[in-house]
Amino acid sequence: MSVLVDRNTTVLVQGLGKTGQFHTDKAIAYGTQMVGAVHPSRAGTEFHFEGETDHSGAPGRDDTYSLDLPIFATVNEAVATTGANASVVYVPPPFAADAIMEATAAGIELVVAITEGIPVADMIEAKRYLQGSGTRLVGPNCPGVITPGECKIGIMPGYIHQRGKIGVVSRSGTLTYEAVHQLTLLGLGQTTAVGIGGDPVNGTSFVDCLQMFQADDETEGVIMIGEIGGSAEEEAAAYVMSKMTKPVAGFIAGTTAPPGKRMGHAGAIVSGGMGTASAKIEAMQSAGVVIAETPSDMGDAMVRALG
Amino acid sequence: MKIHEHQAKQLMAARGIPVPLGRVARSVDEAAAAVRPLIEESGNPVVVLKSQIHAGGRGKGTFSEHPDVRGVNVITDGIEGGPGAAEDAVRELAQHMLDSTLITIQTGDEGKVVNRLYVEQGINIDRELYLAVLLDRASSRNIVMASTEGGVEIEKVAKETPEKILREEIDPAIGLASFQANELAHGLGLDGDAAKHFAVFVKALAQAATDLDTDLIEINPLVVTTDGLVMALDGKMAFDDNALYRHPDIADMRDDSEEDAAELAAKNAGLNYIKLDGTIGCLVNGAGLAMATMDTIKHVGGEPANFLDVGGGANADQVTTAFQIITKDPNVEGIFVNIFGGIMRCDIIASGIVEAIERVGLEVPLVVRLEGTNVDLGRQIIDESGLEVVNVDSLRDGAEKILELTA
Repeated sequence: MSVLVDRNTTVLVQGLGKTGQFHTDKAIAYGTQMVGAVHPSRAGTEFHFEGETDHSGAPGRDDTYSLDLPIFATVNEAVATTGANASVVYVPPPFAADAIMEATAAGIELVVAITEGIPVADMIEAKRYLQGSGTRLVGPNCPGVITPGECKIGIMPGYIHQRGKIGVVSRSGTLTYEAVHQLTLLGLGQTTAVGIGGDPVNGTSFVDCLQMFQADDETEGVIMIGEIGGSAEEEAAAYVMSKMTKPVAGFIAGTTAPPGKRMGHAGAIVSGGMGTASAKIEAMQSAGVVIAETPSDMGDAMVRALG
Repeated sequence: MKIHEHQAKQLMAARGIPVPLGRVARSVDEAAAAVRPLIEESGNPVVVLKSQIHAGGRGKGTFSEHPDVRGVNVITDGIEGGPGAAEDAVRELAQHMLDSTLITIQTGDEGKVVNRLYVEQGINIDRELYLAVLLDRASSRNIVMASTEGGVEIEKVAKETPEKILREEIDPAIGLASFQANELAHGLGLDGDAAKHFAVFVKALAQAATDLDTDLIEINPLVVTTDGLVMALDGKMAFDDNALYRHPDIADMRDDSEEDAAELAAKNAGLNYIKLDGTIGCLVNGAGLAMATMDTIKHVGGEPANFLDVGGGANADQVTTAFQIITKDPNVEGIFVNIFGGIMRCDIIASGIVEAIERVGLEVPLVVRLEGTNVDLGRQIIDESGLEVVNVDSLRDGAEKILELTA
């Protein structure tokens, strides 16, 4: 098993601009079942993808691929035609929250929003729209979700991943790659790696992912990578303490970040003494999470947590 | 993005939110000229002269050039001497305040130069309260925070007497409901006209937060006047940078003199750069990795000179700009480039580095760690350039190496 995505996940891409095209191509090369695109100005046409297969992805495929991806005007139409159960959003920031709501209204089960720079007010509305729906949002401002060898949704480099027993959840893109790379080099593959994104309002939290990994038979340990700002890591620590039976390792970025400054991510800010790295590390340690002192030690921390 | 108090009050006034009468002044003459009309219009002979900088604690702050002058001054000379006396007093104070350096608890020791003043009518205060609208990340909604402890830093109240902080969530679909406004008024111990005026005020403020895409609106203090009116005596607003595209009028309020020049140059190039006090310059892709790189430098005994995230989609030009910004910092004794290529390809970074060094030269040691997409090509570009670059395999090795080279 894995969480969120697997070989049966069928994916729509919302927003087929330059970025959307590039990463859709990479996803197809990896073996992700891309079934359609939503891009109103090109509706009714097809977009041709071809290239060399990325054999680090789904097994048993030819060395090359060639696919004509149908383009639809709306998500509703795309779902009706293709039966897609997931979508990935590359729509530009001013329209991205609307794209998330459109996918929600169309009954998509999993929406992965890659777009960075969505206004907070738009996400507050989208988050309310999601309430009570059957849709799970991952992101925005995230690298996406990957179940190695089965399905890659997002912008992460596929080849650094390897299938295995570790669940990965992170607020940062490149730090996720760093962690996954170390795990793979240590022979610790991953069940699923989830980037929950660096924005202050996001769809899926650390706690949501920990719950999924705890319930997943294949996952034997989890590494969570947090950063300064907010209290999501403290909430995760409380969950680990009360509910988690699987070993958890962790890292928090931003020990040296000056207060009051936004460190790149919209959500990474220490304000009024809240959201500091030291408070998060302390909460996680007291919940039994094995903390990596530097990002170079993330893989080792996972090894230690597994015992 | 932050704006000045007078701009925040202008935005509030435009939405019918009560603020004192005031005029902005960029010269001593403008400050003096503002006095008489203010006194005539308000009927109050008292005026207040306030320094406009993007930092709090102005009332208790003093000027490094004039340690006896505070950042905010109440001028009462008009009570007995009439508007002329008030004008003279304002003129004298303004001479000391303008172009002087105000040091407050929030500016740090270097302080901030005051380029503009705000001249405001005096207000007869009955009570001082605290009011703010900000994002509550746990509920993914804006909330109103209110407290009876006006004029006190809210962090202090939260720590010492958290029960004195009232909170109401704002439903994005309906705004702040009337009953919530009434609950807040009741909780603050307001009744009669003051309670009614407060309810109108707080609903308008909550709406303003949504309409204007603010990260934060803070009114500290919010005052109840002796006439039972409710008014913003101070006003702080910060905006969501990602939403400024739909508020060009607010974007125009940016005061570049309040921003760090290097940070501004980086922003204009699409880079995330924050200047720090250390000696090791960092160039990294991704915010999380950039923070973690700083942390690692510190962990091995160094001090980072900056946070710099070139982002996921940077081109060679942006990398060159990033390099120029780092090398311009006179404190930088060595540079550590740490790239984990995902979307960002290592060869692009490598080309950018080579180009930057060819253009601006390199006088300090450079350690480069490349990993991820097109890593071999990236290393090849650097090797073939013949530049003096130390290649390392891991973040920690890189941090140790650059420290060793700058020791």
